[in-house]
Amino acid sequence: MTVENGKRPVIELSDIHKIYQMGDVEVRALRGVSLKIYQGEFVAIMGASGSGKSTTMNILGCLDRPTRGTYILDGQDVSELSKDERADIRNHKIGFVFQGFNLLSRTSAMENVELPLLYAAVPTSERHRRSMEAIEAVGLKGRELSHPNQLSGGQQQRVAIARAIATKPTLILADEPTGNLDSRTSVEVMEIFQRLNREQGITLLLVTHEHDIAEYADRVIVFKDGKIKNDYPVTHRRDARDELKILAETPMEENL
Amino acid sequence: MDLLTIFRIAFKALARNKMRSALTMLGIIIGVGAVIAMVSIGQGAQASVQQQIASVGTNLLFVGAGSMNVGGVRSGTGASSTNTLNDDDIEAIRRECPSVAMASPSVRAGAQLIFGNQNWNSSVQGVNEQISEIRKWPLQTGEFITENDVRNAARVVVIGQTIADNLFPGIDPLGQMVRVRGLPFRVIGIMARKGQDAQGRDQDDVLFAPYTTVQKKLLNITNIQFAYVSAISPAATYIAQQQITDLLRQRHKLGPNQDNDFFVRNMTDVADAADETNRIMTILLSSIAGVSLLVGGIGIMNIMLVSVTERTREIGIRMAIGARSSVVRTQFLIESIVLSLIGGIIGILLGIAISYAIPKLVGWPTLISITAIIGSVVFSAMVGIFFGYYPARKAAALDPIEALRYE
Ligand SMILES: Nc1ncnc2c1ncn2[C@@H]1O[C@H](COP(=O)(O)OP(=O)(O)OP(=O)(O)O)[C@@H](O)[C@H]1O
Ligand SMILES: [Mg+2]
Repeated sequence: MTVENGKRPVIELSDIHKIYQMGDVEVRALRGVSLKIYQGEFVAIMGASGSGKSTTMNILGCLDRPTRGTYILDGQDVSELSKDERADIRNHKIGFVFQGFNLLSRTSAMENVELPLLYAAVPTSERHRRSMEAIEAVGLKGRELSHPNQLSGGQQQRVAIARAIATKPTLILADEPTGNLDSRTSVEVMEIFQRLNREQGITLLLVTHEHDIAEYADRVIVFKDGKIKNDYPVTHRRDARDELKILAETPMEENL
Repeated sequence: MDLLTIFRIAFKALARNKMRSALTMLGIIIGVGAVIAMVSIGQGAQASVQQQIASVGTNLLFVGAGSMNVGGVRSGTGASSTNTLNDDDIEAIRRECPSVAMASPSVRAGAQLIFGNQNWNSSVQGVNEQISEIRKWPLQTGEFITENDVRNAARVVVIGQTIADNLFPGIDPLGQMVRVRGLPFRVIGIMARKGQDAQGRDQDDVLFAPYTTVQKKLLNITNIQFAYVSAISPAATYIAQQQITDLLRQRHKLGPNQDNDFFVRNMTDVADAADETNRIMTILLSSIAGVSLLVGGIGIMNIMLVSVTERTREIGIRMAIGARSSVVRTQFLIESIVLSLIGGIIGILLGIAISYAIPKLVGWPTLISITAIIGSVVFSAMVGIFFGYYPARKAAALDPIEALRYE
């Protein structure tokens, strides 16, 4: 395992290719992606539509396998794992946050958050404790019995974040998590991400189309045509907590 | 991952959609309920036949006029037009067959009964003084027909309880004159209540009169249709049957190549025949109910299949957060088994309830069968496994990325 800057890489992609076979046509979604992401980094992934961001996230999330190349997650080569082994990796090491929330309907926030712990066969009392902790971390204490249809979009996304952190994963992958939210709610969600990243040292990868959102991260990777075009640190990082404070102090009219 | 956890997951999933779960179970509930109700009706009929037979006594034999040749020319089974049997035959049986204890002719005539302004349609059974003892059917009050009444063709009747109730409401029938086919008869006795027979016919809707009276005054015939014979013991019925056959063949001067022009049956044969009929009926009814159980199973598969499609996104979420394919498969299989088992248990309760209600509503006897209950539970579990397997496999085979994208 290589160690740079005194930190160890959580993710190591080397020359990843992903080719989709659509009948006779080959779609080369990824054409040689190599990248290292270190423990505790907050990375924003940007790029035009169809540039391969989601494909990369699927491979990073062990939902899919690369056609070629190796992927080392947390020191373990996961590029050749079986379906079941990948399911276990997803359960233990990865938390997902989706654009469309993807909560189970007719199921309380608490039970949604518990779900990954249930699949990890965590005993009941421990499961309750950990999911309660996750719900508190996203500021939804008191709403744990609400069903998704009784919650706002922002609150639903927070339940989804609580579900993602409940198993204490090494890595959180969020594909356009603010895509369905207004700007104010987006800031709230980014505040949670920044806090989790800062306080718990969770490594975060976030796909976004918006430069504003990318500026909450500490590093930006830009994709183009299935390759990494740019990879730079954020110089003027935005702090969502400060912005929320200012928003709270500003009268409503100016807020518009 | 242990089965208990998957059970918990499956239960939570079922509880999320109670309406769908209830609808899925409906087919099994009806199927199992029907099987249990049908089997208990069949078994009830069988048990009541057995009880009936035990109550008339297993040393009872029937002798009838005509041949039992089914499909043969002479197949009249005791019809009044078949005049191959007369009271001398019965007298001879009584005297000459050592294994026969008692015998009574039986001639039936349908008749309208009139008393005052009441009237009632029933049938008169012409018998002799021994019938009450042969059929183990005691008198309640009054007297029975005597040898003298038979000799004199007296116009006396002993009535069953149904007639006492309907023709003499609030009146003591004893000593009253009742008109039978227009002729006056004196009521000398009332039989004890006997209830329904195995076919559900009311046995108390009967009048006994001397057979001579029925022959001469009502039907104007000299032959008889049936005879009730009792052997000296249950063990002697087969010997008695043989003795009667030999005697009648001799009396009717039948050559060795000629068929009997009468038939002799013992209660054991009758019981066996009734048993067989009931058994066939039970099988028939249960098969129909079984088909509905099968349809219920297919219903479960249908809804589970629809449910897999409808729940594609849910399956995608479960897989993304770490459910293995095998766990998803087991979850769906357990859902289907739980649905059919719970359906089966509700069906059993329904079947038992129906089995209790039927005797009260339509008066048929029922007997709840433990075998049918155990069979239903096993069958419902199998339905769950069999019809749940395919949808479960379909769910497990989904690709999480595509499932998550499913709208
Ligand atoms: N299952 C698939 N089958 C075939 N082609 C696919 C599949 N998934 C993705 N692609 C193709 O791969 C390329 C990269 O797609 P990807 O979803 O990674 O883009 P993206 O950067 O996430 O775009 P967007 O910003 O629109 O979400 C696209 O050309 C897409 O059409
Ligand atoms: Mg995408």
